[in-house]
Amino acid sequence: MEKETTAVEIKNLWVKINGRSILEDVNLKIKEKDFLGIIGPNGGGKTTLLKVIAGLIKPYRGEIRVMGEDRIRPGYIGYVPQYAYFDYEFPITVEEVVLSGRLKHKKGRRFSAADYRIAHDKLKQVEMYSFRKRQIGELSGGERQRVLVARALAVEPKILLLDEPTASADKGFVADFYELLCELNREMTIILVSHDITAVSRYVKTLACMNRTLYYNEDKILTYELMEKVYPCPVDLIAHGIPHRVLMPHEGVVGER
Amino acid sequence: MMDFLQYDFARQAMLAGVLVSIACGVVGTYVVVKRIVFISGSMAHIAYGGIGLGYFLGINPIWGAFAFTALSAWGIGFINYRAGQKEDTIIGIMWAASMALGIILIQMSAGYTADLMSYLFGNILTVPREDLIFTGVLDIIILLVVYCFFEEFRAVAFDEEFARTVGVNTEKIYLLLLFLIAMTVVVMIRAVGVILVIALLTIPPTIAAQYTSSISRMMLISVLLGSIFTVGGLWLSFYLDLASGATMVLLAVAGFFISLALRGIKNRRLMVVEERNNFYENG
Ligand SMILES: Nc1ncnc2c1ncn2[C@@H]1O[C@H](COP(=O)(O)OP(=O)(O)OP(=O)(O)O)[C@@H](O)[C@H]1O
Ligand SMILES: [Mg+2]
Repeated sequence: MEKETTAVEIKNLWVKINGRSILEDVNLKIKEKDFLGIIGPNGGGKTTLLKVIAGLIKPYRGEIRVMGEDRIRPGYIGYVPQYAYFDYEFPITVEEVVLSGRLKHKKGRRFSAADYRIAHDKLKQVEMYSFRKRQIGELSGGERQRVLVARALAVEPKILLLDEPTASADKGFVADFYELLCELNREMTIILVSHDITAVSRYVKTLACMNRTLYYNEDKILTYELMEKVYPCPVDLIAHGIPHRVLMPHEGVVGER
Repeated sequence: MMDFLQYDFARQAMLAGVLVSIACGVVGTYVVVKRIVFISGSMAHIAYGGIGLGYFLGINPIWGAFAFTALSAWGIGFINYRAGQKEDTIIGIMWAASMALGIILIQMSAGYTADLMSYLFGNILTVPREDLIFTGVLDIIILLVVYCFFEEFRAVAFDEEFARTVGVNTEKIYLLLLFLIAMTVVVMIRAVGVILVIALLTIPPTIAAQYTSSISRMMLISVLLGSIFTVGGLWLSFYLDLASGATMVLLAVAGFFISLALRGIKNRRLMVVEERNNFYENG
């Protein structure tokens, strides 16, 4: 085996938006080829953390290194956003959207035949190849989400950031999708944000909980205490394939609202 | 049409119309797809302050307009990345301030009020030859820039956030786009005037968008439509003895409604065909 390197290293990270602290003292170290699942309540800061790693939000304080470098290099990160904020009427086809993942790889002005081949491969991986000539607005929510996954894969990233990619996917695709992630995981590091704790705990290698700060203990064991810290409500939980029901008294609401 | 073409000034005005339509169709396409109509409109009005300054200093007002819009492009780009949600309020203030400044400056350099109308409503018949050359050069610059950065412009217009994660310098690309808009607005002022710029910048791409989902085809259709509206409007205004800029704009607006109606008919026919198919399938 090649030597283990660190894919993402975050030290004492603080993020403030309009003077309000969103992330507080986050520390994280992810090995290369790791598969980290992040769960946590709404507003816990999961999206914010991914955006910091993707270089979209500047930290208020702290240090972040991606693949050992403190400047984020284009081509390292493949980002799948939680919500697509673009205009659905925009004159762009599915194929062109996926090609935009090749922007920094293209030499010269236009995309090469190789870029097209990669874009088509990724579209096939998410079973959207036959939709490639459609305008982006002529897709359903789940189909659009798959296209965004293909776009992130087209970057051929070292680290894949997925923000609730299965939120509007059907059951059939969810299973296939996690299989695809496991396959991709042989080549790249994956960080997955999801509310689907069952699926997450089945497929990921390490697990973290996020609520303002990150609770993370290097392995996949979700302890009762950890869940209690993060979630204000009882949750169904499967760890190591054994279903547990974590019940907590409702009056003891933890975490600020 | 023939006797109209006899006149030298008429031929020159037509050429001006086509040259302006090239800039306006290409840049207008981005304005429409990125939904920055308000920003573009504000730049046209901010130019008025520059026109006033030009009069005041006794230089060609087009240069004053150019300086003001270029400066505003830079300012708007800066605000976009620094000021958060208050962007449109600040732009609105710049718009009002610059127009007010223009009016005061022109008042202080009295004696030019007749010409003033031509900047507000345009007069393509009085476009001097040097402005024609200026427009031609600008067309070449715009086409070159768009040719070189076509993919980057599309990515930034479509999804700026993702473009940033793959390492596109989105701030620079957006600023470049704002400068292209600034230059286009200035050459359009001569033809249709400050107040009507927005119509000619946005109507052709809006019509084009109904027929294609490709940016390059949208640009091509917009340039053709723009040329039809400017040249056609000029010709109409000549025979009906109307203000040329306003006639062009009204022709464009008419074109917009005709295209809407045509599309409505086409959709209804599709629906009828579909209904018929359903009927046969179910029956
Ligand atoms: N642009 C913004 N301006 C102000 N506050 C923001 C902004 N973006 C996020 N926040 C705040 O930051 C906090 C964390 O948001 P974030 O989107 O990271 O949560 P999340 O864990 O992804 O939630 P969800 O599960 O709902 O997706 C929330 O309290 C939110 O209100
Ligand atoms: Mg989120």
